[in-house]
Amino acid sequence: MQSLKGVKVVEFAAFAAGPAVGKHLADHGATVVHIESRVRLDGFRAHYPPYKNNIHGLNRSGLFALCNNDKLDVTLNLKKAPQATELAKKIVAWSDVVIENFSPGTMARLGLDYESLKQINPDLVMLSSSNLGQTGPHAHHAGFGSQLSSLAGFTHLTGYPDGSPQILYGPYIDYIAVAYGAVAILAALDYKRRTGKGNYIDTAQYETGLQYLAPILLDYKVNGKIAGRNANRDPYASPHGAYPCKGDDHWCVLSVHSESEWKALCRVMNNPDWTTDVKFASHASRKANEDDLDRKIGEWTIGLTAEEVMEKLQSAGVRAGIVTTMQDVYSDPQLSQRPQWVELEHPEIGMMHYQRPPFLLTKTPPGPSKRDPLLAENNQYFYCDLLGLSGQEYNQLVAAEVIY
Amino acid sequence: MAFPDRNAGLLSPYRVLDLSNELGFLCGKILGDLGADVIKIEPPGGEPARRLGPFYGDQPDPEKSLFWFGFNNNKRGITLNLESAKGRELFSQLVAKADFVMETFTPGYLDGLNLGYTTMSKINPRLVLTSITPFGQTGPYSKFKASDIEIMALSGCMSLTGDPDRPPLRVTFPQSYGWTGSYAAMGALIAHYHREQTGEGQQVDVSAQACLLWAFSHAHTFWDLNRHVEKRAGSFMTGRSITGAKMRVFWPCQDGYLNFIIYGGEAGRRTNQALVEWMDSKGMAPDFLKQKDWKTFDIAQVSQEEIDRMEEPIGDFFKGVTKAEFFKEVVKRQMLGYPVASVKEIFADPQHEARHFWQTIEHSELQISIDYPGGFARFSDGACRIWRRAPLIGEHNQEIYGQELGMSPAEIAELQKQGVI
Repeated sequence: MQSLKGVKVVEFAAFAAGPAVGKHLADHGATVVHIESRVRLDGFRAHYPPYKNNIHGLNRSGLFALCNNDKLDVTLNLKKAPQATELAKKIVAWSDVVIENFSPGTMARLGLDYESLKQINPDLVMLSSSNLGQTGPHAHHAGFGSQLSSLAGFTHLTGYPDGSPQILYGPYIDYIAVAYGAVAILAALDYKRRTGKGNYIDTAQYETGLQYLAPILLDYKVNGKIAGRNANRDPYASPHGAYPCKGDDHWCVLSVHSESEWKALCRVMNNPDWTTDVKFASHASRKANEDDLDRKIGEWTIGLTAEEVMEKLQSAGVRAGIVTTMQDVYSDPQLSQRPQWVELEHPEIGMMHYQRPPFLLTKTPPGPSKRDPLLAENNQYFYCDLLGLSGQEYNQLVAAEVIY
Repeated sequence: MAFPDRNAGLLSPYRVLDLSNELGFLCGKILGDLGADVIKIEPPGGEPARRLGPFYGDQPDPEKSLFWFGFNNNKRGITLNLESAKGRELFSQLVAKADFVMETFTPGYLDGLNLGYTTMSKINPRLVLTSITPFGQTGPYSKFKASDIEIMALSGCMSLTGDPDRPPLRVTFPQSYGWTGSYAAMGALIAHYHREQTGEGQQVDVSAQACLLWAFSHAHTFWDLNRHVEKRAGSFMTGRSITGAKMRVFWPCQDGYLNFIIYGGEAGRRTNQALVEWMDSKGMAPDFLKQKDWKTFDIAQVSQEEIDRMEEPIGDFFKGVTKAEFFKEVVKRQMLGYPVASVKEIFADPQHEARHFWQTIEHSELQISIDYPGGFARFSDGACRIWRRAPLIGEHNQEIYGQELGMSPAEIAELQKQGVI
């Protein structure tokens, strides 16, 4: 039996920040209902590449697939008040957990804020995930996670000291909030089990992102220092960086954290003369001559494949790795062994690699076990079999375009 | 200030033993933020990661590491040598009463001490053991050593960061420890849910490499679906136009950089319109921008030439703007875009003050108070916050060994002499 079997989750959510939380719960057996509407599609279905074979289609999105395996997809047109609102409340009454990531204020406008939902489900656990939080002067400012990563300090820390900041791929900060959002829900479920009390949870992606930066925030407060970007350099290790290897745009990384590791690196390189230069005799001197050091290390690595560098150095107790590409992640021997991916057939995408959790529960193994659902695929099953609508009620709501 | 009682937290009944190094620090802290009673167990002399800076007053001192302060608050601290027989016995006593253990040792190390999951689960079958390593408990890389840069490289993150003609990059301040610790906390709590339902504990096997796969979202699916490999693109956005046009993301301004992108779609059109109005109010909007019909502007069809022509006056305009001004205007005008904030601007953001995000924590040992980033979430019924600063080395030995395990001061002194604690 999977860990979260029996937990009922409903998502009034789109893109990553809400649905990826639901995905982690679904991977462990929770019943998760993804609610969208033909008049308000999940943006990943509607306009966010990639689509299979670069042909747009509502059931062809790679990113939707990644965030929605093992869920039920149900349509509900919330613009059709009051019938839709009533139906939404019926769904919430059925559920244990509501996840929403509309812009702050939207759920209240729909009559579906926590205070209203608590009336029909007193021990409800509800997560509102937003960019900047539900309160405060900027709460209503809409933005993309990709740009929020700049507001929260991450891109300032990425790039060369004398150059422009650099992009962190995709909505980097969204998935930080995903981890914290799931943690918050799980803690609230435990609290409910013990006390019978529900909870409303407000997470701001901005604030969850800053958790990762606590030490440099403190550094500013106590020392007045403003942390900046310094490419691949590190104050506590030298050499420390990415170095070119055999092949077109192939790279390895390595890092040396102690004198014994430095000696081991020199041995693996066959102790070339330059390593005895006083310029490289200590951590401090290596730091002082790091450009030169990096060039010399690169002259050694370029004659080897990245895998060779990694194997040789790891065998000698020196940290090293290959710069894995977006193709390699599917064939990486370590990820394959876990295995990190589950290949499932999807009617429009074909075979797709679905992602397993990064943590494996040894006695209650996680999914994915079911591909992501097609738009509206589970309407009848959910509304009639799980929620208990009669066939007649269901047909009326479909005809009225409430279920739409 | 007096700290509210951690019993106001959602996880206050639970005891956590945290044996982790920097890769797992955040995992225990997160449970601590939620009120759990977290005991950090360090080797005698202190956890080696206390050597990681930055440091208070720039003084490299294991009791002054801000890295330690930031990720080990909400924990009490004891010292214990697991490699001694007496140390293992004491640890076993603590395991018997614990709900969670977190550890980051190389796979096999604890088994070698006869303290692996098999042993711990005999002492306490309900225990959730969260084992956090760079690559997981099994597999060809499971015994590899890795710091942040190796995790960032082997997960694929670095292949997506940096200029195309220069080496792949990591983020200068380590990110992998945060990602790993927070996803590990999710795993621990899923196992906890199961344990509370069934009474069955288990080991949770966390791979940092796998945690970091989430840091770049869906970049890999371009290969899976279309056999296209996404790569590092420096500071430009590509893939929005079928012409292959690149859009600038980072713009120099008076005191740093701004993140602004010429987008399409409804929000993009609104943003572009609002920007031109703002530029016009300063007499800096050229006619061709003012006359542009944003409703028909199609980002998917736009050419590089057109983008360049638009970006030139925008770039000139931004050069005269400060980060603070830009932020104020994007909020006021409901535009997309944000300043590239440093820690200084983050502290100045009124949003945090309004939400009481910062928490002033007293460090009586240094005779100072420091503002910390506070709880990661707000709960309607329950608190999530910092209850206590990070522990000094062995600070709570007396509390745990004396008051809890009932050892006399003489016994504790003897253990210290033997190097057990």
